[in-house]
Amino acid sequence: MLMLNCPYCGINKDETELSAGGEAHIKRFGPGSSDQDFEEYLFGRANPKGLHFERWRCSSGCGKWFHAARCTLTLEVFGTYEAQTLEPPQRIKESITAKRPGWSWRAFS
Amino acid sequence: MKRFSVFAIAREAMRQHSGWSRTWANPQPKKSYEVIIIGAGGHGLATAYYLGKNFGITNVAVIEKGWLGGGNTGRNTTIIRSNYLQDPSAAIYEKSRSLYENLSQELNYNVMFSPRGCMMLAQTQHEMRGYKRTAHANSLQGVKTEFIDPERIKQLCPIMNVDGPRYPVLGALWQSRAGSARHDAVAWGYARACSEMGMHILQKTEVIGVTQEAGNVTGVETSHGHIECKKLGMVVAGHASVVAEMAGFHLPIESVPLQALVSEPIKPCMDVVVMANTVHGYMSQSDKGEMVIGGGTDGYNAYTQRGSFHHLEETVRALIETFPMISRLKMLRHWGGIVDVTGDRSPILSKTPLGQTFINCGWGTGGFKAIPGSGWAFAELMAKGESPLTAEFGLDRFSAGRFVDESVAAGVAH
Repeated sequence: MLMLNCPYCGINKDETELSAGGEAHIKRFGPGSSDQDFEEYLFGRANPKGLHFERWRCSSGCGKWFHAARCTLTLEVFGTYEAQTLEPPQRIKESITAKRPGWSWRAFS
Repeated sequence: MKRFSVFAIAREAMRQHSGWSRTWANPQPKKSYEVIIIGAGGHGLATAYYLGKNFGITNVAVIEKGWLGGGNTGRNTTIIRSNYLQDPSAAIYEKSRSLYENLSQELNYNVMFSPRGCMMLAQTQHEMRGYKRTAHANSLQGVKTEFIDPERIKQLCPIMNVDGPRYPVLGALWQSRAGSARHDAVAWGYARACSEMGMHILQKTEVIGVTQEAGNVTGVETSHGHIECKKLGMVVAGHASVVAEMAGFHLPIESVPLQALVSEPIKPCMDVVVMANTVHGYMSQSDKGEMVIGGGTDGYNAYTQRGSFHHLEETVRALIETFPMISRLKMLRHWGGIVDVTGDRSPILSKTPLGQTFINCGWGTGGFKAIPGSGWAFAELMAKGESPLTAEFGLDRFSAGRFVDESVAAGVAH
């Protein structure tokens, strides 16, 4: 069973206590953007086999949204972090680099 | 390739079965092919078969990183039905179901298609309304379904508890010509027919890149070197996003595990397929006597081919209330497959941003039933550039907002 640490509660939770919210760090395109950008924002997903940044909600705990960096093939969790950020914090990047040198994901590396 | 027949069995019985030939050839890859299909699962092989049969294109290679039919084709619960709400879905699934009816004769390979009937249980008032609507839609589409009451359900499936306190059975959408087939045999039958037409099925050959020139595909990089092609078809189900990434585009797809399990074999007790979408569970009995049970998808992206245990627990817990007699059954095997789910729960059969490259994916939790129809339509799309059956399933429907919304229409289970 997948276990994640909610960065707000600080408690390890298993997946039945959480709700998955899909890919994180998706750039929002609103009115005035091109159809292609808007489509990519709404539907385009990296859906990688490997490192994935994603949103989770601590739905049976504090109720807050947070982010996780996880491998979709091994289910290894590289870390969780607060959602109020546009890119993964340095400690998460370092934790990934330690295990997956040379990683990249969309604009991050 | 020898034809299978009662005479062949008699002849081989006389000489200790020494005259059977291999079901399909295991050739060395050529330098180039007219068409390359990535993925030798049911959909990929069916596509190759109908390219040869309907359009005379036989210079085809079907490339598979594992073994033939070893992905979702070997991992599903073998349900075949076509009772969909939306017209484009009903059209392609009904085409598929009707092709299944004569598939054994056509391929000269017994796919064990059994039109035993499939019922989708209505266990809430919401489902009652939904399935009545689907039954009306199906009569307009020429798909024979009917809405039946609990008394009829009990006659068709005596082991069902229709008066359960928590999940009462209020009615069901019944399709009498739906059923199941032997999943491996579908892949093997198509593979045999493709091989007989001279097509190459290249197993244990992994595609690691897609090469292009001036916006058109020129071939694929594989673990056995570069192979050229004029047209490329990607038919890789759960790994569609991975292959699309090699060709340089994103798909509106997320890959999640879907689980199934089978019990120990028991005597025949259930001769219909039952789907219970409220509780995400479906069950049928295989010819060996095993109860085949399918569950719901996991909540988050993964490529693990196993899935989360609590989903199984929920499925089995609910099914035991509907089928009390299965509560003491031991479960023999459990597995997961990676399904490619789109936002509107409808497939993608489409041209792609890369020229002469086509993609067939997004069948999500319901690909097995669609194998012949999907192959038929996708072959037409690849050969002619358009097909009436795939017209509504293009990638452009996401930018146009023209969805084929089966996520609401068909309930959850596919």
